[in-house]
Amino acid sequence: MAAYPRKTEATGLLGWVDERFPIVQTWKDHMSEYYAPKNFNVWYYFGVLAMLVLVIQIVSGIFLTMHYKPDTALAFASVEYIMRDVPGGWFIRYMHSTGASAFFIIIYFHMFRGLMYGSYKGKRELVWLIGMVIYLALMAEAFMGYLLPWGQMSFWGAQVIINLFNTIPFIGEGLSLFIRGDFVISDPTLNRLFAFHVAAVPMILVALVFVHIVALHTVGSNNPDGVEIKALKNEKGIPLDGIPFHPYYTVHDIPAIVVFLMAFFAILFFIPEVGGYFLENANFEPANPLKTPVHIAPVWYFTPFYTVLRAVTLSPFMGTLAMFGAIIMLFLLPWIDRNPIKSWRYRNTAHMLNLAIFAAVFIILGYLGVKAVTPEFKEMGVRMTEIYFLFFAVIFIHSKTNASRYLIGFVVLAGAVVAIDFWRYNPEDAVSGAQIMKQWIWPIGYLALTLLLPLFVKSCNAEKAVPERVTS
Amino acid sequence: MSNSIRKWIFVLLVPLVVVGILSSAGGGAGHGAALQSANINLDDKDSLQRGAKYFVNYCMGCHSLKFSRYNRVAKDIGLNSDAGFTDDQVASFLKENLIFTRDEDGKLVKTGSLMTNAYSPKAAAEAFGTSVPDLSLVGRSRGADWIYSYLKGFYLDDSRPMGVNNTVFPKVGMPHVLADLQGYQVLEHSEGGEHETPKLVLAKPGKLSAGEYDRVVRDLTGFLTYVSEPAQLSRKMWGVLTLLFLIVLFGFAYALSKEYWKDIH
Repeated sequence: MAAYPRKTEATGLLGWVDERFPIVQTWKDHMSEYYAPKNFNVWYYFGVLAMLVLVIQIVSGIFLTMHYKPDTALAFASVEYIMRDVPGGWFIRYMHSTGASAFFIIIYFHMFRGLMYGSYKGKRELVWLIGMVIYLALMAEAFMGYLLPWGQMSFWGAQVIINLFNTIPFIGEGLSLFIRGDFVISDPTLNRLFAFHVAAVPMILVALVFVHIVALHTVGSNNPDGVEIKALKNEKGIPLDGIPFHPYYTVHDIPAIVVFLMAFFAILFFIPEVGGYFLENANFEPANPLKTPVHIAPVWYFTPFYTVLRAVTLSPFMGTLAMFGAIIMLFLLPWIDRNPIKSWRYRNTAHMLNLAIFAAVFIILGYLGVKAVTPEFKEMGVRMTEIYFLFFAVIFIHSKTNASRYLIGFVVLAGAVVAIDFWRYNPEDAVSGAQIMKQWIWPIGYLALTLLLPLFVKSCNAEKAVPERVTS
Repeated sequence: MSNSIRKWIFVLLVPLVVVGILSSAGGGAGHGAALQSANINLDDKDSLQRGAKYFVNYCMGCHSLKFSRYNRVAKDIGLNSDAGFTDDQVASFLKENLIFTRDEDGKLVKTGSLMTNAYSPKAAAEAFGTSVPDLSLVGRSRGADWIYSYLKGFYLDDSRPMGVNNTVFPKVGMPHVLADLQGYQVLEHSEGGEHETPKLVLAKPGKLSAGEYDRVVRDLTGFLTYVSEPAQLSRKMWGVLTLLFLIVLFGFAYALSKEYWKDIH
């Protein structure tokens, strides 16, 4: 038990506070004596940028809430009132709308950094899991916020998402009724989503970010080499490759923040709609429950999962499961990737290809989600969805580098792809049949590159020794 | 393979795979007729003023601009103190030229009023069988090129209740309000190949030449584009100032970081 009163070396006001709250120790633990690896590269900026955007969203959101009216009769007009009559209102609104998209760009880079350097390994599983919960909360927050302007895409996008709950057997209809608070999306829906968007979810988000950082600072940051810097310490117990977060990384982050703000404000002031991707054109029409838009596309950051939803046509419920499954797979990553080497730098070339193709497939899924469905795009959505899920199987196979795993893995996975093709093939539907015949190459080619290449080309299967100390 | 080479393969592979796979598909089908470029210039205050004049004279009987205010429009299209007008002059100018709507007492509405009109949705439904959309945001929901092409896209079609149809808005419900300016066009299907795009040909000329009509339509398009987002007149200037500030800030931030990091090896 600590001494009473608390001992402190600080004097004056700081001493007064430190006797009552461990402010000096907290500062040391998380800033001045938190030792971060000295070899962070650009990928390590996205954490601090995510925190910055969270602050931007909260502050701009508070000001929007002062003028916004959560009422179906007034909501759309109140947003236009903000855009025209509130002094600086357009700036606040664009901060919030640009911030929403920026948040997801940053988070996707932040997550991919984790994949590249194996940042979910070495007692960091919980950091990853908390981060994934943050990502889920962020998607919920963004979805609810998108309903608030009460435009056509707000309404019909929410219609698509809330109807997903409808697909759940037995309880679905009651559940979606419970969520909407009405038989259709209407005033009670808008009101409750407003409450969640401005109060409940932001509180959860902030709390989760706090926990994410406490967990991170307990186990220590990973780095591009995937070297555990705490393994080698000097006589004072300070990691040889560690440097105090403050001042080194605080001053290091400022130029990066400025560069980010340049891009952020360039978009905000010059192209706030980003060609209909950050602010969709159709959302400048007020919500009209009687007029279904020709083409409903969610905002870009949801579209990869929207494509997965559309790709699985077995039943609406299976589509919903696939969509949520695509997110759940990411949660499980620390237990799927069993390879002891963290960073892709020291993994084999096949793993590098696997990560690069996964990133590309995620982008393609996102692109397909904003496009209207054609037979070609529909089949491509199915193929990219297959690769998305195959990625997790391949990353499991890559946990060990022996040839038999690759061979068995290829036979089983390629067999599954072909089996699904046979089961999907309908001789009466010539158009989609032709597409199946044409686009089988994508998943099979993916499996060949990631599994057969290291099997037959030894250099693509060679792992390297992880150094003891971080490089440069 | 060295890590630096692998890193570049990695970086280049992602866009290559994206472009490679996507370019294998033919892409989506086109939507309707191709749009003509509106080519508007929002710095041209004369054009904006003419656009406002045409709008209140030809469009506003049916279409409101219910998020826009008369005095704000006046200020933004160059009727302001910078151009040498006093507030009273602007107010009387507005009341003589742009404001036609009256309140319950029969008096012209105030200059700070929203640009609504007296056409009730019920009357519109009776006349056209549909509601008349407010046009405050058509510049953002449809875009300038669409408005420009739409206003030039009317052609005679006996099958329609108003006697006209539109190339970019098939089965449009409204009449060709600018017909006395443009005249009437007909859609000519050229013989031969089925991929031939139908051409609009002027059948009965109006008061204006084709070039003059294009200018009217361009003025209207410019005005509606401005009205859809009044902030666009000033936000780019703020953008330049912000970026200039950030460039200077970057210099200091970078120098500070370098200074601290020179002892880290």
